Amino acid sequence: MQELRKERLDRGVKVRCDSIYAVSSLKEVMFLVGPGLALVLILLVLPLVVSPYWQRVLSITGIYVLLSIGFGFLANYVGLVCLGGALFVGVGGYLSGIMNSVGVPMILSIPIAAFAGAVICTVLLLPCLPLRGVYFAIVSFVYPLLAARLIAATGIFGGTDGIAGLDVLTNRWFNIYLIFFVLLVAIFFMSRLVNYEDLGLVFRGVKDNEQAIIASGINITWYKAQAVFIAAFLGCFGGAYLTHLYGWVGMSLFAIDFSILPVAATVVGGSGILYGPLLGTFLLVPLSEMMRDYGTLRIVFYAVILVFFVVFWTEGIMEYLRRKYEQFEHWVRV
Amino acid sequence: MELIIYGLVNSISLILMSIGFALAYGVSRVPNFAHGALYILTGYMTWVFLNQFGLPYLLSIILALIVIAVIGYLLYQVILIRVRGMPISEIIASFGVGLAILEFLRWTGLRGMAHMLPLFVKGRVYIFSVPIDYQRLIIIGAGIAVLTLLWMFTTYTKTGLSLKAIAQNERAALTLGIDSDRAAAVAVSLGAVLAGLAGVLLLPLGNIVVETGYEVLVFAIAVSVCGGLGSWKGAVLASLLIGFAQTLTVTYLASHYHFVVALLVIIVVLIAKPSGLYGKQKELEERV
Repeated sequence: MQELRKERLDRGVKVRCDSIYAVSSLKEVMFLVGPGLALVLILLVLPLVVSPYWQRVLSITGIYVLLSIGFGFLANYVGLVCLGGALFVGVGGYLSGIMNSVGVPMILSIPIAAFAGAVICTVLLLPCLPLRGVYFAIVSFVYPLLAARLIAATGIFGGTDGIAGLDVLTNRWFNIYLIFFVLLVAIFFMSRLVNYEDLGLVFRGVKDNEQAIIASGINITWYKAQAVFIAAFLGCFGGAYLTHLYGWVGMSLFAIDFSILPVAATVVGGSGILYGPLLGTFLLVPLSEMMRDYGTLRIVFYAVILVFFVVFWTEGIMEYLRRKYEQFEHWVRV
Repeated sequence: MELIIYGLVNSISLILMSIGFALAYGVSRVPNFAHGALYILTGYMTWVFLNQFGLPYLLSIILALIVIAVIGYLLYQVILIRVRGMPISEIIASFGVGLAILEFLRWTGLRGMAHMLPLFVKGRVYIFSVPIDYQRLIIIGAGIAVLTLLWMFTTYTKTGLSLKAIAQNERAALTLGIDSDRAAAVAVSLGAVLAGLAGVLLLPLGNIVVETGYEVLVFAIAVSVCGGLGSWKGAVLASLLIGFAQTLTVTYLASHYHFVVALLVIIVVLIAKPSGLYGKQKELEERV
């Protein structure tokens, strides 16, 4: 029997763009900036063509994208598995809500909540940062559960009813473009950070070989704390924004959806690059929105997809697409 | 006196909840984050066998334990075996499975007070004039029995010894012809049975609700982290420590703080001695 194997070769344009710095034609320029540009264009046009209901869904999707980028960054560039996206959302949301309820205007309360929330989350997670292994996942998973328990039991911050009557972001065009703008800034900033900056190099070193990093005289706890701060900042901003989207904060900010969907999105989208989580979120959130009538079956659905991708299709969709974009494949005889 | 007796009951409950997790992690190095889900699932299956099919209580318990053993085995053979050695994927995959089970049960209507397992034996006795019901006495007995059996299993049987060998040094065990995947599958399966057993013993004291699944997972993790991940001696000691700490806070503060105690223990231990009480040999490895 004739045996075949698949051979993959880089496309010519990819090779030229990689090795020759003077990019010489419009085609090559488009090859390099095309995907980013397409993303910006899609995000600009998408809100114009959907109904107000789906615009609201897109705003929520934006929040999940921020969480997913944070998760993907921590998991794949720093080596920390964070099962507690809900912690970031909850802390950011509650901070902003509390500040707003005592009279701080939204324009101040959202950024302050994002920053202060990120500091709080980093401090909360600090004890498990010097360690390797499953500890970070464990602790970050426990905090949101604990926070919800404490709020329900002690009745602080409005207890089970939450705090209602906060300021609401009323202009829906502003809402949606605000979150899209933030997520674009976040994704471009992060891909610059991890690919071209020294800090990104240290992060990846921490992921691959912590002992080598320590041997270089670098304090890994400090660097991990910085990474957690970045991810927490995105999550806390998402939480604060969500608070003012509804004008309400409550225990649902600590719901497990915020922890699990980013994980699923990152795994589905592809973990190698930062665009993966974005793609995964834009696939999963609308899907789960369509399944709204089925209640918690949605979570079962993400969980099953999650396990399937982790076990059987580890590279994820984005990595697959990137391969198709950069390389061509053909069968050759062995 | 009341404090000592109920503290003991609580500690034994914690041992039962966490020993399966500790076993699976200690041997296969796979943190089985589906542990809490297996606990609830066994309770629910027992309930189904008992109430929907009308089987006798003992038979439904045994059937549920057999089914959970098969599920644990399949969990390893189908899913976890493919992601071994990749900590991120291991956590995500097992957590995903647990989440799927728990939320599916919630969707099928497992909420509220509708699902209860009957007590094994009704009634209570007075020990030093402290009232204690028979179920809690059974729990103490069963906990001690489980520990003794496990100790005998890992000290005197060939399978048990091979589990220990894999836990200590996987490569050396492989060179001696021990099949590490088989041993790990047995360990995960046994861990599932232990989780199920804990569920069957402890669930009659309350309702079968999904939230308990997450709680059990957190308690199991708290005990394992405190005792040193994968160390059984540590797990027993940690259970006693956390169990009494919980009983003290519940008696002197308020009942909803027992969850907070578990979390505080995790954090304090991670700061003070990250390898746990008995995790000496892995101290360096975990430190960084």
